This record gives sequence, C-alpha cells and structure tokens, in this order.
Amino acid sequence: MAVDEQLKIEMGKQGVIVTSLQELYNWGRRNSVWPMQFGLACCAIEMIATTMARYDMARFGAEVFRPSPRQADMMIISGTVTKKMAPQVVRLYNQMGEPKYVIAMGACAISGGPFKQGYNVLKGIDRYIPVDVHIPGCPPRPEALLQAFITLQKKIDGQVLTGEGRPRHLDAEAQSIFPVPEQGEHDLEPTSNKGLWTVPTIIR
Amino acid sequence: MKTVEEIKAAIEAAVPGAGVEVVTNPGPAAEHSLRIGQKHAVKVAEFLRDDSELALDFLSNLTAVDWPDKEITEKVKVTREVQKPVEGGEPGQVQTVTETVEETRKRVEPGYLETVYHLYSIAKKHGPVVLRMRTGNRTDDVSMPSFTSVWRSAEFQEREAFDLYGIVYTGHPDLRRILMWDEFKDHPMRKDYVEPDDYEYEPTAHDHVLERAKQHLSMEQPVAGGAE
Repeated sequence: MAVDEQLKIEMGKQGVIVTSLQELYNWGRRNSVWPMQFGLACCAIEMIATTMARYDMARFGAEVFRPSPRQADMMIISGTVTKKMAPQVVRLYNQMGEPKYVIAMGACAISGGPFKQGYNVLKGIDRYIPVDVHIPGCPPRPEALLQAFITLQKKIDGQVLTGEGRPRHLDAEAQSIFPVPEQGEHDLEPTSNKGLWTVPTIIR
Repeated sequence: MKTVEEIKAAIEAAVPGAGVEVVTNPGPAAEHSLRIGQKHAVKVAEFLRDDSELALDFLSNLTAVDWPDKEITEKVKVTREVQKPVEGGEPGQVQTVTETVEETRKRVEPGYLETVYHLYSIAKKHGPVVLRMRTGNRTDDVSMPSFTSVWRSAEFQEREAFDLYGIVYTGHPDLRRILMWDEFKDHPMRKDYVEPDDYEYEPTAHDHVLERAKQHLSMEQPVAGGAE
C-alpha cells in the first residue's frame, strides 16, 4: 500500500501530492495530540516550561492543554502518583475518549522514584493504565519531554490502520476502560492490574 | 522573655492545679519545654494566649511523638536469707545467713502518645515556648483536648496528628483524616506501623529494602510452585 518514494518526489516536483489514506490519517493524528491539563508534582513545572516559548511544544501540534479529559488525547503523568491520587488518575484516563496516549514523565511516575519505599506512593502508574512512553529523570528536562513526545508521534506514524496491530480506537474489541483501584484499609485494592502489569524479570 | 520556670510559676498562679512540669533539654540548644496536664489544658492555653506579658498568639507548629512501651532492665540489691552449711561444723548442719545479692529485674514502662506545641508571640516578637501533652496510653486512652478553640491554626495540624498518630482531639470541630483516605485504618507514623508489602519488584535493593524483598520472595515462592 506504500507509495513509491521516487514517484512521490517526481510528482511533488510537478505540484502533485501523492499519498495514501493511512499516511494522511496518521499525519493528521500525530500532529494534533492535545495534552490534558493536569500536573501532579514538580515534573509539572518542567511540563509547563516545555509548553512555553523557549521549548515550545506547540511546534509539534501539542499546543492546547485541554482542561477536560473529554477533549484531550494525551495524558502526561507529570509527577508522583500518591495512593490517594491514583484512583482519580485512572478515572480521568477512563474518561478520555479514544485515541488516547499516556506519557509517564519522571522517576516517580514510572517507578515511585525517590519515594518508592514510601507507604503512600504508587510504584509506577503502569500498574493501572497502559503507558506509551516512559521518560526517566528527576525531573526530566524539557528536551526529554519533547523527545518522548516525538517518540509518541513516531509510534502513531508507524501504526497500520487495519489488521492485527491497528490502533485501539479502530478496534471495537480493544479494552479502553481500566478498573479503578479501591482505597482499602491498608493499601490500594488491588495493588496492580494483573492483566496489565507483571513483575519485570530482573536481568543481572 | 520569661524562662520556662517563670512561665510555669505564672501558669500555676493563674490556673490553680494546672499540673505543669518542666522537661529539660540537656542538649546545647537547651530548649526546655513545659508538660501540661490534660485536665486544665484549654485554660492554660487561653492564659498563655491572653496574658499581656506572654501574649503567645501564634501556634506555629503542632506535631506528635510516639513513645512505645519501653522495657527497662535494672539491677536491684536484694537482701534475703540463705541457708548455708556451717564451716568446720558437722556435715548436714546448716545456719541461716543474711546476704545481699544483686538481681536483674525487667519491667515494662507503658508507652504513650505526646503532642508537642511550638508557640510564638507575634505581638511581643518572642518565642518559642514549647508545650507537651500526653495521652494515657497508646491503645484505648488516646484522647486529649483540642486547642482549635484557642488557636485556629491547630485545626489542620490536629487533623494531621490524628491521621498519622491516632490521637483523638476532643472538642475538635471536624476531626477527619487529612492526608490518607477516609477508609484507611492505620496510623503510619506510629513506631509499630507495618507498611504494605510493596516489595515485589526491587531491581537495586539493599539494606532493609533487600531484607523486605527477600521476605516477599520467600512468601511468594510456595504459591507459585504449588500452582504449577
């Protein structure tokens, strides 16, 4: 289904654009990913800096931070997710419409970070919702967030619209809502979504 | 500013039977504190706030300390009577001798919860005056009077101490958990708090984390083996 690169260039010289529907569709999708406007901790400050003039995330089509999950396409988990906040984060994710993406920004969001041994901190948001891009760092620099965003764009660009690996919003069977953990007497219940997250194998 | 001894005398003159004790701090800071009884606590607090010379109008900080049950080992000299054979006497002949022996005894000093208050005066620009108040024990007698009616800043800080230590402040207008969720049952800052077993993935564990991770793995192994 791919268009011959050489033909594309030749036609371009004549002022004719040759493309495929998939390419056009993904081009449109990857350049209009609107993030949700919410910050959790200090990483949020870096996220805000990324959107400002110096780093200017708007260059990549992520200029409008939407205050409602219904209008947002991407969730940036910017900071420590406490066990008190985790159900709300999952609930917000569930309220977002497909297609939706998640960037886990910083050490806390991907693993608990410096607070990993705390009784009140979730050890990585990927225990409850699927994460597309993880960025390490404490906090990651704005360049790192841009890198993550570009990685996400590449991921969207590489998606095939039909068949087995098609994006979730084109697959009626795909799971789009994930169970919200309960706040129990001692800990969150369950402590992780078993179908989504398994204990990684430690390679020494 | 008055010394703690002078403040103690002033309190006792104003509120008879207040039961104030000076707790000395042997460190170089020498920041001595006053331990007050629960019975007249609110009256003492009102006196400290309203007294024209002290005018402690600002409760800067309220926190708590958990003092667990303490086992004390001490050596006691005991005098007792011992039967001893008579030296040089016939075999089987005994005499009673009084003897002083050192004995090691253990006793358990019951624990308690303690609230610590740091008071300042904005009007007089002095402080801090450190107050302490104790509960009866750590289990069922964990209440003490609330100072919210005296200093408004006590409200959230008492809620925090209630949340993390389990001290019940009687007379508090809205005593709910403030940091943990409402369904939570434990008090995380207590010494005997057992944190949830979150040690399933520890790639760089060391020290006590390594111990907990090993403990977690040893608990998990038989289940995994039994399933297969």
